Amino acid sequence: MTAAQAAEPVLQARGLTRSYRMGEVEVHALRGVDLDLFDREFVVILGPSGSGKSTLLNILGGLDVPTSGTLRYRGRDLHWSEGDLTGYRRERIGFVFQFYNLIPSLTARENVLLVTEIARNPLPAAQALEMVGLAERMDHFPSQMSGGEQQRVAIARAIAKRPDLLLCDEPTGALDVTTGRVVLEVLDRVNRELGTTTAVITHNMAIAQMSDRVVTIGGGRISHIETIARRISAQELSW
Amino acid sequence: MVSALDRKLLRDLWRTKGQALAIVLLVACAVTTFVGSMGTWRSLLRSQSSYYDRYRFAHAFAQLRRAPESLALEVAALPGVASVETRVVADATLEVEGFNEPVTARFVSIPPSGEAKLNRFHIRVGRTIVPEGGAEVVVSEGFANAHRLLPGDALTAVIQGKRQSFRVVGVALAPEYVYEIRPGDLMPDEKHFGVVWTSREKLAAATDMKGAFNDIALMLNPDASEPEVLARVDRLFNRYGGMGAYGRKDQVSDRFLSDEIKQLKSNAVIVPSIFLGVAAFLLHVVMGRLVATQREQIATLKALGYSNFTTGMHFGRMILVILACGMGLGVAGGRWMCDAMTRMYATFYRFPSFVIELQWVEIAAAAALTLAAASLGVGGALRRVVSLPPAEAMRPEPPATYHPTLIERLGLRHVASQSVRMILRNIGRRPVRFALSSLGIGFAVAILVVGWFFNDAMDYLIDYQFRYVQRDDATVTFTQPLSHDAVLALQSMPGILRVEPFRAVPVRLRAGHKTFRTALLGLSPGGELRRVIDRRTGPMTLPQEGMVLTSKLADILGVRSGDLLTVEVMEGKRPTRQVVLSATVEELLGVSAYMSQSELNRLMLEGETVSGAFVAMDRAAHGSLYQKLMRTPKVAGVTLREAALFSFENTSAEYLLFFASILVTFATIIAAGVVYNAARVSLAERERELATLRVIGMTRGEVSFILLGELALQVLVALPVGSVLGYLLAMLTASGVDSDLYRIPVIINASTYASSMGVVVAAAVVVGLTVRRRIDRLDLVSVLKTKE
Ligand SMILES: Nc1ncnc2c1ncn2[C@@H]1O[C@H](COP(=O)(O)OP(=O)(O)O)[C@@H](O)[C@H]1O
Ligand SMILES: [Mg+2]
Repeated sequence: MTAAQAAEPVLQARGLTRSYRMGEVEVHALRGVDLDLFDREFVVILGPSGSGKSTLLNILGGLDVPTSGTLRYRGRDLHWSEGDLTGYRRERIGFVFQFYNLIPSLTARENVLLVTEIARNPLPAAQALEMVGLAERMDHFPSQMSGGEQQRVAIARAIAKRPDLLLCDEPTGALDVTTGRVVLEVLDRVNRELGTTTAVITHNMAIAQMSDRVVTIGGGRISHIETIARRISAQELSW
Repeated sequence: MVSALDRKLLRDLWRTKGQALAIVLLVACAVTTFVGSMGTWRSLLRSQSSYYDRYRFAHAFAQLRRAPESLALEVAALPGVASVETRVVADATLEVEGFNEPVTARFVSIPPSGEAKLNRFHIRVGRTIVPEGGAEVVVSEGFANAHRLLPGDALTAVIQGKRQSFRVVGVALAPEYVYEIRPGDLMPDEKHFGVVWTSREKLAAATDMKGAFNDIALMLNPDASEPEVLARVDRLFNRYGGMGAYGRKDQVSDRFLSDEIKQLKSNAVIVPSIFLGVAAFLLHVVMGRLVATQREQIATLKALGYSNFTTGMHFGRMILVILACGMGLGVAGGRWMCDAMTRMYATFYRFPSFVIELQWVEIAAAAALTLAAASLGVGGALRRVVSLPPAEAMRPEPPATYHPTLIERLGLRHVASQSVRMILRNIGRRPVRFALSSLGIGFAVAILVVGWFFNDAMDYLIDYQFRYVQRDDATVTFTQPLSHDAVLALQSMPGILRVEPFRAVPVRLRAGHKTFRTALLGLSPGGELRRVIDRRTGPMTLPQEGMVLTSKLADILGVRSGDLLTVEVMEGKRPTRQVVLSATVEELLGVSAYMSQSELNRLMLEGETVSGAFVAMDRAAHGSLYQKLMRTPKVAGVTLREAALFSFENTSAEYLLFFASILVTFATIIAAGVVYNAARVSLAERERELATLRVIGMTRGEVSFILLGELALQVLVALPVGSVLGYLLAMLTASGVDSDLYRIPVIINASTYASSMGVVVAAAVVVGLTVRRRIDRLDLVSVLKTKE
């Protein structure tokens, strides 16, 4: 157990279930998940497609509401009200999606401003973009950038609010190896330099090596949690 | 600083500018017509009331044969009467230099001071008469303008057979003659009729009314009961040949004006509603489409921490920007329209000045209506934005479901080509949108039909009235009822081909507690020059017994054929009789009461007596005949049918042209807007599909056909639908115009339908061509690359 884990978790999920009604059948995406995320740690979530990873991340990030279970953020129970969730997303959570989800009609800088304009204590947009190495591309529209660059803008947008938690759903899923590595380096840097607790969903086992812990999910349950003894940097990864 | 979210808003707006512009224009049309008509309505209403107040337009009026001036004191003493003014009023023929058609003038006396207490006039040019000024007159503005009369000009009048010369000293307007028409007419005929004010002394001398009066105006106390006062006045005047006192609502000018004002208000709602309806529909399509394509963006905004409300408001503001632009344009347009309409009204409703001011009430009401319509249109889309769960939206939208269309199921599968099938499938997938688009285009057709329908109806009405009902060349009215000899005298005049006498007596018709003042017209049953014609069943032979009423008048009195009516005659021996209503007749102009002449003579307890005659004349003899007729001592006036027809056509034409041109503009906007939107939305939705087809090897023409074919089908469906809608709308509008002055027949010429469809098809073709250019320029690579 690291020193960080000894402290109280940033986020504490207990008994999370989530089911969807699809006409006659009930799909159980999550069947009871307990999970703690600790300060400054980097967690990788692994699991086969359809196992419930995105569902879990969405609930942790306040995008979705569980069918049952509780979520405790820094010792406070999250109420599933729209106001509570909006505030939680706005102040605490940075989200990075597989398909970047940039607003196509806004430039890189404006995409970041979208967040800094409403957050309480944000980084300047330019600084956030600098952190992801895109200081020169600030005034470009998403359509003028490559996938990797777009994903870095998305990361800049996510970290600009100085979130407590950075949640990434297959951030390299749509990228080739080289650009994927650049994105991972950025995530690694953010985690180390800003100390942002980071959870990353991936299919890629190799990525697990750059984390503190690996959570494996199968069939809507956590099947295994492994603590990585020696975390390596993104540059050292070999896929 | 513009926030990032607002920047997105502006860029999204710019990207959909064509569609946004269409909606802006539609909203502008709606607001323009609404603010314009309501503004004109208010401006007329305010102009009317301020005019009436400032110039002390009387509350009640009465005409009588002759009463001593002392009777006025008794009237003034009646409870509820605030003040009275007696007058001498006489009709005369005028001779105007250089104009040899008959002109009738209504001479009205003014007190020696030159200023009346009630029904004052407003001097436009020159001055009023002065006591020692001699034979001075002030003439009404319409008449003065028609003949270019100015102070200093001479005027000769034949008053009760005596020729007299006058000098014009002023031109004036009066609240009594806002609508300056000859009694019994429907439209002003300023060349042939005017009001002439002259000194009481002079007029009394000419009409043998020294120390007497034959006309009185009353001002009532605010708390007076008008019917009660009128009844008391009637009782007082009974012995003096009173013709029945009446209030403002039966005063001719006021009745026309008030009717017009009422109509303006009812029209102020129908047309704007259509525009707003179509605008709401377009908003519905455009915003629905926008929200569908921005599903992920909406979810992203929420994921970033924007609340449901803020995200909803983001789209709400986009709509508000569009509405605000439309409102702004519409208010400016409304101002213009209000101005133009008021100016047009000013040509036949004469006011000293118009009070034109745009009221916040109207603008606020327009804004409220626009917002209401818009929320109807976009409520669903906004609700979807607000309720979209952020996690849900990260998943791609399920692919659209297509079904074999009804047409295919009916077995056309074998006939239809692949492209046609694609068109039909797409329609089958969004049948409601297709139907609403067609309906929108249909409304454009309908509005055009209505715009031109007025023209058709007026043409028909004029033709019907002046070539079918009234076929005389001139109507000659005698100064007093005469024996049949007068007819013979007319008949013997050279150039007169046919004479048909008539008897007209002022009466009050009474049925239960409902009354109506009118003239009961006695006609010879076999007459050819003035006929009683039912719209449905044709010419009618007047029954030997009982009377016939225009059905509108029967409605007003609440009677049906077979009912008994009380007829109170206001002339001669003033009999009161029960008369059976033997038939009603559907007529287009005015409301009338008819009887056979002999029956009317019997009712009047008189021998064969006539009030005037309809005459047919030899064309070649017109000029000399007028002169002769006008100099005939017993002739009070001669009305020419040609002139009446001309003035009717003139007045209505200007009015109708104005409306038709506005409606044509607006309908074109609707048609183009709807077609353009339908095309753009279709194109946006199916860009990938169409690009794929091009890649597969279809030609531009073939690809365009798939999209434009659908539009063409929409227009094709819209044409008949719009024609039917147009007919219904015409019926609705016609029923709104159904007054006792005239009814508009729902007559729509085939050419009106044809041109309405033509305009819409032309607008659609132009839009189709621009869209075609877009399809041609489709950038295959970039379309297929973009993810959606
Ligand atoms: N909105 C939804 N409606 C119905 N089923 C859903 C929905 N979201 C997820 N599921 C189902 O829940 C299960 C888990 O989905 P997800 O969390 O997306 O898996 P993963 O991200 O691990 O691939 C899958 O079977 C998926 O089909
Ligand atoms: Mg997933």
